[in-house]
Amino acid sequence: MSVTPETDAPETAAVSLADVSVSFGSHRVVRDVTLDLARHRVTALVGPSGCGKTTILRAINRLHDDTGGKVTGRVTVGDLDVYARDTQPELVRSRVGMVFQRPNPFPTMSIFDNVVAGLRLNGVRNKALLLEAAEAALHHAALWDLVKDRLHTPAVRLSGGQQQRLCIARALAIEPEVLLMDEPCSSLDPIATAKIEELITRLSTDVTIGLVTHNMFQATRVSHYTAFFQLGDDRATGELIEYGLTEDLFDKPNDPRTKAYVSGQVG
Amino acid sequence: MTTETAAVPAGGAGMGHGAARRRELIRAQSARSLRRRHLTGRGAVGLCVVAVAISLTPLVALVAYTTSRGIHALSVDFFTKIPTPQGIPGGGISNAIVGSLIIVGLAAAMAVPVGIASALFLLERRGRIAGAIRFTADVLTGVPSIAIGIFAYAVLVEPLAHFSALAGSFALAVLMLPVIIRSSESAMRAVPRTEWEAGLALGVRRGRVVRSIVLRGALAGIVTGNLLAVARAVGETAPLLFTTGNQLFNLSPLQPTGAVPLTIFSDGTSPFPADQQVAWGAAFVLLLFVLVLSVIARLVAGRLNRQAR
Repeated sequence: MSVTPETDAPETAAVSLADVSVSFGSHRVVRDVTLDLARHRVTALVGPSGCGKTTILRAINRLHDDTGGKVTGRVTVGDLDVYARDTQPELVRSRVGMVFQRPNPFPTMSIFDNVVAGLRLNGVRNKALLLEAAEAALHHAALWDLVKDRLHTPAVRLSGGQQQRLCIARALAIEPEVLLMDEPCSSLDPIATAKIEELITRLSTDVTIGLVTHNMFQATRVSHYTAFFQLGDDRATGELIEYGLTEDLFDKPNDPRTKAYVSGQVG
Repeated sequence: MTTETAAVPAGGAGMGHGAARRRELIRAQSARSLRRRHLTGRGAVGLCVVAVAISLTPLVALVAYTTSRGIHALSVDFFTKIPTPQGIPGGGISNAIVGSLIIVGLAAAMAVPVGIASALFLLERRGRIAGAIRFTADVLTGVPSIAIGIFAYAVLVEPLAHFSALAGSFALAVLMLPVIIRSSESAMRAVPRTEWEAGLALGVRRGRVVRSIVLRGALAGIVTGNLLAVARAVGETAPLLFTTGNQLFNLSPLQPTGAVPLTIFSDGTSPFPADQQVAWGAAFVLLLFVLVLSVIARLVAGRLNRQAR
């Protein structure tokens, strides 16, 4: 389904990146990205492998802190300066949830424990609140009816698609404003993929979503905005080539490189 | 459960009011504990640093002390001459160094092929026999080296009626074997199943897949594991006490032979300062040898890993 944002209402940015570059050692993976994720919209990040889409996504919630990547430039989530000296990464991540390529429920935890992990491990003890948050998150992930009678069975007994929805529920349970999704359907079959896509569309009324995808059709189906990345002229560093409304980017791209990619001529 | 969540429709059609309230509550509760958690985290890191310091202290002290006592003993003579009679200064430990090399070399020549072949067997077979072998290897790892020594004495020294380098090698090989088997097996297991299957799917013979893909992929791990097993064995003393004798210069595996650990033992317990000096020098040489082997193991592993990429 294609979603058209109401173009007359000016949209505020939930996440802003200004001149963001990420390097690992001496290798600059992606450079000078300036990009907004519009509030309560889905922004797709597309482009060939190795052009820095995921790297940029992970810069938003400071996941590079633990992988040795060096981020320069400015990232803001709402009014929070993500890389300011006194900003705690935990605080950023409590406002920005993330879903990974492969479903990664904690294998030693039950379904319920997985959903509330982000709350419990962050010091929320109130049982009623945990229950309430778990139920709401599972509802949002369209999983509640399926698992409500077996909340305390191991999460790994769920199918792949269900596990991924569980991971979405887990990310939603801490009530983030932003949800980052890194190719969330790449390990799923078409039926499970369709369910996740439906979910993305529905969630975007409440949460700002950044979605990395290799699937052009997925981008056109679920995203309002699309950002196209590609390696620059040095063939080593990724760049943001073009960014705009998804329809425009696919129907009348400005940049010949975008046109070549979305029409399937390269990549 | 509050009425609010009950009101969330089964499809989850929006967060609305409850979500905003929940977000406030969650943020407040986790913010309240964030400071405490940060302090706890810092405390835990501090404890880890202390633990590292505690575990490094004996090691550093041992190396420093052995070096300071032993380094004066080193000279060209120390490596080339044979020992002087008890209590007389001068002389060297060439007999012990050559003896150790022969004993450990022979032990490795016995244990490495058998160990790697056993690891391959364990890799290929899952079943009762493999399980039993794996369990046996684990038990063998824990057998005291002195028990292995007396076993080698009974098997190879008593029947031949004299000590020999070979008997010592046999004891050390038995000691090394379980370590080699288990480290080689785990290195081979680390080669992804998909690479096996990619080889098989090309119509390649199973044995060839094992040689060119599995063994090649695991080579770095196998080499490292084996070298560390050798490094471990070179300092073993108890099995040698029963098996090699402690002799002056000898090159025949069937004759009694000296070894560096034995020199440390006999000279270190001697009342003469000159002998004790030799013992410290020998201990230092042994440390150096282990260090060199460990460094080689790392270099080889690093190089092989880089080639693999």
